[in-house]
Amino acid sequence: MAIDLKTVKHISKLARISVNDEKARKLEKDLNSIFKWIEQLNELNTDKVEPLTSIAETTLRLREDKILSENIRDEILNNSPKDNKDYFVVPKVVE
Amino acid sequence: MSNIIDLSLNELVDKVKSKKISSKEITSAYVERSKKSNKLNTYIEQTFDNALKNSEKFDKSPNLEKKLPGIPFAVKDLFCTKGVRTTASSKILEKFIPTYESTITQNLWDAGAILLGKLNCDEFAMGSSNETSYFGNVTSPIADNLVPGGSSGGSASALAAKLTPATIGTDTGGSIRQPASFTGTVGLKPTYGSCSRYGIVAFASSLDQAGPMTRNVKDCSLLLEVISSFDPKDSTSVNFKRPNYYSELNKNIKGKKIGIPKEYRVDGMPTEIDELWEKGKEFLKDCGAEIVDISLPHTNYALPTYYIVAPAEASSNLARYDGVKYGFRAEGENLIDMYEKTRSQGFGEEVKRRIMIGTYVLSSGYYDAYYLKAQKVRKLIKNDFDEVFKKVDAILTPSTPSSAFKLGEKSNDPVSMYLNDIFTVPVNLAGLPGISIPAGLDKNNYPLGLQIIGKPFNEQNILNIAYSMEEKINFKLNINDWWIK
Repeated sequence: MAIDLKTVKHISKLARISVNDEKARKLEKDLNSIFKWIEQLNELNTDKVEPLTSIAETTLRLREDKILSENIRDEILNNSPKDNKDYFVVPKVVE
Repeated sequence: MSNIIDLSLNELVDKVKSKKISSKEITSAYVERSKKSNKLNTYIEQTFDNALKNSEKFDKSPNLEKKLPGIPFAVKDLFCTKGVRTTASSKILEKFIPTYESTITQNLWDAGAILLGKLNCDEFAMGSSNETSYFGNVTSPIADNLVPGGSSGGSASALAAKLTPATIGTDTGGSIRQPASFTGTVGLKPTYGSCSRYGIVAFASSLDQAGPMTRNVKDCSLLLEVISSFDPKDSTSVNFKRPNYYSELNKNIKGKKIGIPKEYRVDGMPTEIDELWEKGKEFLKDCGAEIVDISLPHTNYALPTYYIVAPAEASSNLARYDGVKYGFRAEGENLIDMYEKTRSQGFGEEVKRRIMIGTYVLSSGYYDAYYLKAQKVRKLIKNDFDEVFKKVDAILTPSTPSSAFKLGEKSNDPVSMYLNDIFTVPVNLAGLPGISIPAGLDKNNYPLGLQIIGKPFNEQNILNIAYSMEEKINFKLNINDWWIK
């Protein structure tokens, strides 16, 4: 199935990556060549095959619900692109 | 005494332990050489002053019981290092300073090692040539127009150029083994669950593993022993009795059955690689191993499977880069606009392409056709290996279908770039250990590697086989220091 420009724009919306028309056309070309190559998987009949979701093949361990890092707010906020010393700051969300 | 930088990791360790050489002497030698290496563009962050201070500190009260006493190490910039900038070679993390340390690097420091700096790689480890880094491509020390491979290209280049005695990379589809093969060095991807993923910038979580990159097999066993540990902080870390890989390393591989998979003889592969593979078989026979022809019928489907599974996981993992909590932010008219501009400007082209692939295969209406299908084929690929490992102890293959290529040669054709990992990707999909060792040179004198694949958690076995072959191969990497200014 071919991926058209409309689909590229839709995916970019879902992925929260803005693309201009020129970029979208380049992506359309790239994605089509990649998916054409991926289509060879359809040669295989996998109706009776169980999907492999994890190599570990065991249920993941649960860990104790314990606080390991405390009072690191300032350390964490040091990496934020915008903050007011107490919180992360983002563009206004609620009108 | 021979030149410090010419000594391998295990020789350096011995010399420090026998007090013939100090940490300061070793660290100074590597710092001096690294300072002249700008042409290779291996370093993203240099911590030379701190390294020298730490080496002096070590020498004042040296703990000679440590496995890496006062040994300097540069590592791939995908490992979070507390207080030291960690970028994953991306603009989006250009100013990110971790508040915690990855388990792998912590294991290094606990063993006495000293951080020299952080090494360039493909952006978020997505690439096979180290050309996707925001900080520019890395050049191979073998020739000025050659890629070092990727994604651990900075690590491979720094190792081959002797800017670090050994290093650590990560391998999601071949990112340790392929650059090792391209640069005439040794690289091992451990079994999934052997080395902790805690604190490694995530790419594809069901495939990512960290591993050693070294000048020889002995060094590789030593470094694996240091970094492999059970870690409660990584929910997929496996708690098994880890051998003393270094002290248990031996050349007794008599009677071992080594499989040769016919599907790894691909169209268009240079005859030199075929000949090298043949030579590898002869060496193994000389060591008393038995060669067995095997079949891994789904090999051809591994790459397309990988290019669904890995981007799908990447698109989820990279959703965290939203310009809010850390990293780069582009201003926008509203929250959504800010997200979209941040991610569009913060990620490079290859990363965006893979996020788009991943988003598409996970999107409503396509999940079954692509993602579920790929998980099923992944099962078939794993079944192939399970089946042959009933008959053989290990598998011998070429590491890559070609030697290193030229800068820019494949960067405009994603599929041809992806095909580089044809022999390494199946190993990640099945979660197995694999090691690439240098095995010869092609007509241009570029290194070629052979890969040994083992059963899960049987790293000792592939190390022993590699150790036996290494002696027979007697590979010498002779590169001149053209890049020193």
